[in-house]
Amino acid sequence: MLSYILRRVMHGVVSIIGASMLIFVISRMSGDPIVLLLPVDAPQSAIDAMRETMGLDRPIWMQYLIFAGKALTGDFGNSYRWQMPALNLVLDRLPATIELALSALLFSIMLAVPLGVLSAVNRGGWIDTVGKGFAMLGQAMPGFWVGLLLILVFSVHLNWLPAFGAGGVSHIILPAIALGWYPVAAQTRIIRSAMLDVLDSDYIRMGRALGAPERLLVWKYAFRNAAVPLVTVLGVYFASMLGGAFVVEVIFAWPGLGRTVVEAVFARDFPVVQAGVLFTSVLFVVSNLLVDLSYGLIDPRIRHG
Amino acid sequence: MVDVDASYAEIARRPSQIVMRRLFGSGIPWWSLLIFSLVVVAAIGGDNITPHDPNGLDLGSAFKPPSWLEGGSIDYLLGTDNLGRDIFSRIMAGASVTLTVAIYAIVISGGIGALIGMVSGYFGGVVDTIIMRVVDIQMSIPSLALALVIATVLSPSLTTVIVVISITYWTWYARIIRGEILSLKERDYVALAKVAGCSTATIFVRHLLPNILNTLLVLASLQVGQVIIFEASLSFLGLGIQSPDVSWGLMLADARNYIGNAWWAITLPGVAIMLTCLSANLIGDWLRDTLDPKRRQL
Repeated sequence: MLSYILRRVMHGVVSIIGASMLIFVISRMSGDPIVLLLPVDAPQSAIDAMRETMGLDRPIWMQYLIFAGKALTGDFGNSYRWQMPALNLVLDRLPATIELALSALLFSIMLAVPLGVLSAVNRGGWIDTVGKGFAMLGQAMPGFWVGLLLILVFSVHLNWLPAFGAGGVSHIILPAIALGWYPVAAQTRIIRSAMLDVLDSDYIRMGRALGAPERLLVWKYAFRNAAVPLVTVLGVYFASMLGGAFVVEVIFAWPGLGRTVVEAVFARDFPVVQAGVLFTSVLFVVSNLLVDLSYGLIDPRIRHG
Repeated sequence: MVDVDASYAEIARRPSQIVMRRLFGSGIPWWSLLIFSLVVVAAIGGDNITPHDPNGLDLGSAFKPPSWLEGGSIDYLLGTDNLGRDIFSRIMAGASVTLTVAIYAIVISGGIGALIGMVSGYFGGVVDTIIMRVVDIQMSIPSLALALVIATVLSPSLTTVIVVISITYWTWYARIIRGEILSLKERDYVALAKVAGCSTATIFVRHLLPNILNTLLVLASLQVGQVIIFEASLSFLGLGIQSPDVSWGLMLADARNYIGNAWWAITLPGVAIMLTCLSANLIGDWLRDTLDPKRRQL
């Protein structure tokens, strides 16, 4: 088990290092950050001096090592716009994004589990058809449009829920639905096919033969096993929501990391973009890592394989 | 018994014949084909067939509701936006941008991804390890986040959107094609081609490529919807298509500012996205079932 964990962690570390290189190289391709920092009519000597103090006269791999070394100590440089360390800004906004992503995950599971289980139990029935239709629609509707429709209906017309900002529970409902909307389709499919497999297994048939009530069989015995595939990919969905949060946070003016990074992109605030995207990637890799490790815990065949 | 015979007959047929047979059989997504054809016609027709100039301002007729509502006129079928621009014409103009992005992005990402996947699967060893490592690394950055980093560097435009989406999606093709090649290269006819002295290029083009074409076609058709949503998201954020070009995502971004005044401006472009994606996805599902029975359960 220990060697399995170590191997997976190494894999994750390599991915994060690679991601940091990719982000660094792409942002350096934009040309000289000095152009943004100094006035247009700055003398050449000032440009050269600035370049030297920022280390931009060195080869790119050395620049990357300096960047990585500083990043490891938590120094991503100062935000051009906010005049504070980019890392502090990112850490400041991160909890709101995690809160939103977890709420969205909760919403999607609450919808997908009953839909998936009932679709499998009533295979071919009306609820299965509804579930399928829902899945098809879900994958054809962009999350940001769902968000706009929710605002139109529940904020503008019904005036039930606030359209933007953060505050109590009422503020998180609409953005969580908008963000959790997309994965519902896939999760329903996973639950449905897992349930179909389990319901077909010998021990369920045995239970039926023994006269166990159907509800007990479905929810206690079958669902517990069918939930394993979903539980193990929850980390993947959490990770994908971190990506989706960029748009949803902008729509609902949610004070999270996503909106901060999008604003930083418009302000060409490179340190914040780098720190924000790198942090998102770290979260992404860590949640995928946890998924892998949970597979290993649940299924011994994987860790020995 | 009849079923067995039928399936043998099907195996003996060429894929093109199967497509033709299925085309006239049942299970065809007629509605999807119809809707998608309409989108294609709108895209090809461009400004020549739109009833109004998509960018034509007419402040006197701003916020006109769709024609079937009170106060609407048949002149503006789906109503107008805050600047009096005809929404129907703008949706038609948006179709052209949407399909242009989708076609270029899919051809580029599919071409690059397939080539890299073939190289990776065929040669194996260090090349394979390095390529798959790069794929893993890129996949460890959420695609929209990666798009944002690239968008910081390049100024937003149609080309940028295509570049961003191509960079985002090539890994997807590379992974799946690599898997196909891994099993294909073990086949006898590949070994025989090698023995017969075929060059690697010949093996790629004549023996491997024809066998992955079905997979490529299915992947591409299933990707159309994703690309459309991705483009709309980027344009909505202001990092994609820029005015005066028209994009459905951009229309939604504009309409967001007067969401209380005109519900039709925020719903209808989204309906266009939804219907186009829905029909593309259903056509993709149908192609997959028709061309690739193995993947039916995916």
